[in-house]
Amino acid sequence: MIEAILVEGLIYAVLALGVFISFRVLDFPDLTAEGAFPLGAAAAAALIGAGAHPALAVLAAFAAAALAGAATGAIYAAFKVPSLLAGIVIMTGLWSVNLRVLGGRANLPLIANNPIMDAAYATLPALPEWSAALFFALVVALVLALLVWFFSTEAGIAMGALGDNEAVVIAAGANPVSLRTAGVALSGGLCGLSGALAASYQGFADVNFGSGVVAAGLASVMVGELMLKSNRIGLQIVRVVLGSIMFRGLMFAGRSYGYLIGMTPNDLRFVTALLVIGAIALGRVRKKRRISSPAAALAGAAQGGAA
Amino acid sequence: MIALESLSVLFNPGTPDERAAIKDLSISVPRGQWVSLIGSNGAGKTTLFNAIAGSVSPAAGRVIIDGLDRSRDAEYLRARFVGRVRQDPGGGTAPDMTVMDNLALASRKGARRLLPAKPRALKLLLKERLAELGMGLEERCDENVSRLSGGQRQALALLMAAFTKPAVLLLDEHTAALDPRNADIVMELTRRFVRGYGLTAMMVTHDMRRAAAEGDRLIMMHEGQIVADLSGQEKKGLSVEGLVRLFKEVRGHEYAEDRDLLS
Repeated sequence: MIEAILVEGLIYAVLALGVFISFRVLDFPDLTAEGAFPLGAAAAAALIGAGAHPALAVLAAFAAAALAGAATGAIYAAFKVPSLLAGIVIMTGLWSVNLRVLGGRANLPLIANNPIMDAAYATLPALPEWSAALFFALVVALVLALLVWFFSTEAGIAMGALGDNEAVVIAAGANPVSLRTAGVALSGGLCGLSGALAASYQGFADVNFGSGVVAAGLASVMVGELMLKSNRIGLQIVRVVLGSIMFRGLMFAGRSYGYLIGMTPNDLRFVTALLVIGAIALGRVRKKRRISSPAAALAGAAQGGAA
Repeated sequence: MIALESLSVLFNPGTPDERAAIKDLSISVPRGQWVSLIGSNGAGKTTLFNAIAGSVSPAAGRVIIDGLDRSRDAEYLRARFVGRVRQDPGGGTAPDMTVMDNLALASRKGARRLLPAKPRALKLLLKERLAELGMGLEERCDENVSRLSGGQRQALALLMAAFTKPAVLLLDEHTAALDPRNADIVMELTRRFVRGYGLTAMMVTHDMRRAAAEGDRLIMMHEGQIVADLSGQEKKGLSVEGLVRLFKEVRGHEYAEDRDLLS
């Protein structure tokens, strides 16, 4: 049971990292993930079905979904529409794209040939039930290492500042539009990578994979924020993974023991929605606390006086 | 060195609300000169800064920075030559990032590379710069900027805008939101940066005392135009009373707020 939660938590942690980058790092509320996640699943499944190397399939899933994210970023920049609208448009369009990638079917099984899970189950022959968990832990560790490195570079720090105060990024002579677009692409790519892993784990890719993933990712991010408070990007990234595992644990508990309080698996989305509302409420309380700090209050008063 | 040539900025161009915020304004500020800019609300001081920094595009005229026409460059491109400190202490810093991250970000102007943002040598250098502020911030490098006081944030914003030695430093009422003690501290730091680095600076202020005391040259704006330009002995001999008299002459009448500012 615990190993299954771990595997799910780790696979969806990659999705949650994508959501974290758009919503938290970039302050760019975005629904692209609902299309990027199944796009990654479809691309990986189609490529594996066509006999491609699994590593190539996973990288292609990342790249395709990153392209989708870049498209959302480009629409946002070109037409100055709200980020949510840009994301909705891309998500809607991706539904058709995903069906094409799946070869006109809504569902593409990977039962006969599933090299990623073959590798996962072969990672730890001594303890077969923990083998997949270890495999996905290694995959997520690699993703984490790359992200922690990226956010310590000049580009990464500037991207981090973008969602905090864009004026500081502009003052540093960096192009905010290309930085933001790259960030949304990174977010989309991670969602696609997660979709590719999820398709392997489930044994199929489905055009409806994406439904509800943004809220689930947000809920994971929020659970992580409740678990650990830090202003260091490294810890913030790690806590997304912890949050994802916790969130999957909650969902697992709901599926397994929810009947005790009359809950069915169909009710889990409602629980997810409640968690997200909690996240938003918490964010508002924190922001208010910041605005009521003496420095900001003084600045606000002075601005009011000058107006 | 910065020069504005026949600069005009329109608000709401092409609509019935069209209004000229800057009217055919020309000025040249030589390297190392510190200009104080005064004028009533709506005189166009902040709009002038926006036009220099590139956050508004002029309807006509040119912005020349260090001999090159930058009128068409986007704001982020001009930021390599233009440092700016705004009135709001929160405006120049990223609150949810650490002091060190803020400084590291500001230490490089231009395209972002995939290279370490905070190599050890840079960190040491930035800590030295922080220590020079005399606020103990070098001990608080890993704290978020949102935890600093308004005066500390504004000192940090000033450091971030100035220490890369931009071709022109724009100070937009940067002490107005601070209490008098912190305003004095930030002004002293401003003096040290502008003179120490030999920066070309333009400073908007509503404080007649500061306008008379600071800088090499005083410019008064009214309705989008320069109406007085004093430098050399004229500027040196300027008293607050003389400045207020000049102010009234230009505007022809007195607002109650002037008395508040002088009290």
